[in-house]
Amino acid sequence: MRYAMAIDTKKCVGCGDCVVACQTENNVPHGYCRDWIVESVVGSYPNVEIEIRSERCNHCDNAPCVRCCPTGASHIVEGGIVKVTHDECIGCGACIQSCPYDARYSHPDGYVDKCTFCDHRLEKGQNPACVDVCPTFCLYFGDIEDPNSDVSKALKNRNWKVLAPEAGTKPQLYFLT
Amino acid sequence: MKEELFISGRDIPYIDPYLNIWHWEIPVYLFLGGLAAGIMFFAGYFTIMRKEKEMKATVVYAPFLVPFALILGLIALFLDLKHQLYFWRLYTTIRLESPMSWGAWTLMFVTPLSMIWAASYMKEAFPRWDWKFKFIDQIIDFFIEYRKAMAWAMMILAVILGVYTGILLSAFNARPLWNTSILGPLFLVSGMSTGLAAIIWMSKSKYERKVLSRLDLIFIAVELFLIIHLFMGFLAASEVQIEAAQLFLGGEFTVVFWVFVIILGLIFPAILEILELRGFHIPIWIPSLLILIGGLMFRYVIVEAGQITRYLY
Repeated sequence: MRYAMAIDTKKCVGCGDCVVACQTENNVPHGYCRDWIVESVVGSYPNVEIEIRSERCNHCDNAPCVRCCPTGASHIVEGGIVKVTHDECIGCGACIQSCPYDARYSHPDGYVDKCTFCDHRLEKGQNPACVDVCPTFCLYFGDIEDPNSDVSKALKNRNWKVLAPEAGTKPQLYFLT
Repeated sequence: MKEELFISGRDIPYIDPYLNIWHWEIPVYLFLGGLAAGIMFFAGYFTIMRKEKEMKATVVYAPFLVPFALILGLIALFLDLKHQLYFWRLYTTIRLESPMSWGAWTLMFVTPLSMIWAASYMKEAFPRWDWKFKFIDQIIDFFIEYRKAMAWAMMILAVILGVYTGILLSAFNARPLWNTSILGPLFLVSGMSTGLAAIIWMSKSKYERKVLSRLDLIFIAVELFLIIHLFMGFLAASEVQIEAAQLFLGGEFTVVFWVFVIILGLIFPAILEILELRGFHIPIWIPSLLILIGGLMFRYVIVEAGQITRYLY
């Protein structure tokens, strides 16, 4: 069992619904976010290419944030989800410094917070909130080890990339290009 | 041309292209930790070499600074935490992969040891000192007997403490400027040099100052050598590290680094120390103060600049 997500950069329109759905579902404090959208523009007019990416924690296989956490608050649970135990976190910021994707933020209550792949919804057999709310159906989620899962099927017929593979973190967000 | 924008910025002011979450507390702590490591290392070394008589400032007086430096450093670290009431979580676990866990446990041993060392020399440093209670005298007599063992422990822990101040940063692969293994030895050598500068400032013996100045010159030379290698390594590495090095080679930290850290913090005090050894009269506090300020600036610049560097994708 290994949860992963695929993001179709050709279908994403950058509406920001995933961001708002996450903030609502996870009670993210006002002014913060666990997922965000990047518009990457390459070239200059008239040869411009735009790529829109909905980004969040990559739930890396080789997670530097888990390695450098001095208290063990950052840990990996079943399915490879990287989580933070709030009352073990001392707010030292080591994990924030170690993340190549800047996926973590310091919650106003002191601890560090991040995407959980909505594991409270997964328990009930639902998809993460961002996936369910996406109006263009550009997010695919599931068990990447199961060839029949949404994410495996999405990756089978398309070219994809991961972000900063050279960081050696083995990220689990796949961007369909 | 490539341009990346956050377009989900509506009402999310705290989204940031890079997360600068470490401020003055971390460099101040790294400086004080390095300073303490330097003083402790040489106090231990000259005790083992049986030079207590000749090296009074090194063995007796300067170590009194160490508990204060460490406690101030710990206060700075505590202030840096965002979830302060849970700081004790550091001591409910040992995480071998986390340099910060190593550091927390090292400090747990180093701080009491430095206090015991200072206490064992209390009567020598302040002849009229009275511990008031007899049992404290007995405890301290016990430690005085084992001073040599304490000296070894101090030397070893000082090296761990000094290296750790650098490894703390080099463990973060997401910050290319820090992600180099040379930072550990570099911070250790820089810490030793600041420790020596503090001892030289306190020393009243000409012989002692001469010995320490010579040592300090060696450490400054090694430090400059390591800094050159740091940049050679960056410029020969991947794109992100070349860009990190550019911050110091024409980028926004160029002046601050080369003028205040390298010239005023290392080369100029080294020249003053050489002149002093050649017999010129130079007020001893000038090179010492310059080295101390240079050491603090060095850590400040590295911590600030490191948080700007990141992976690009």
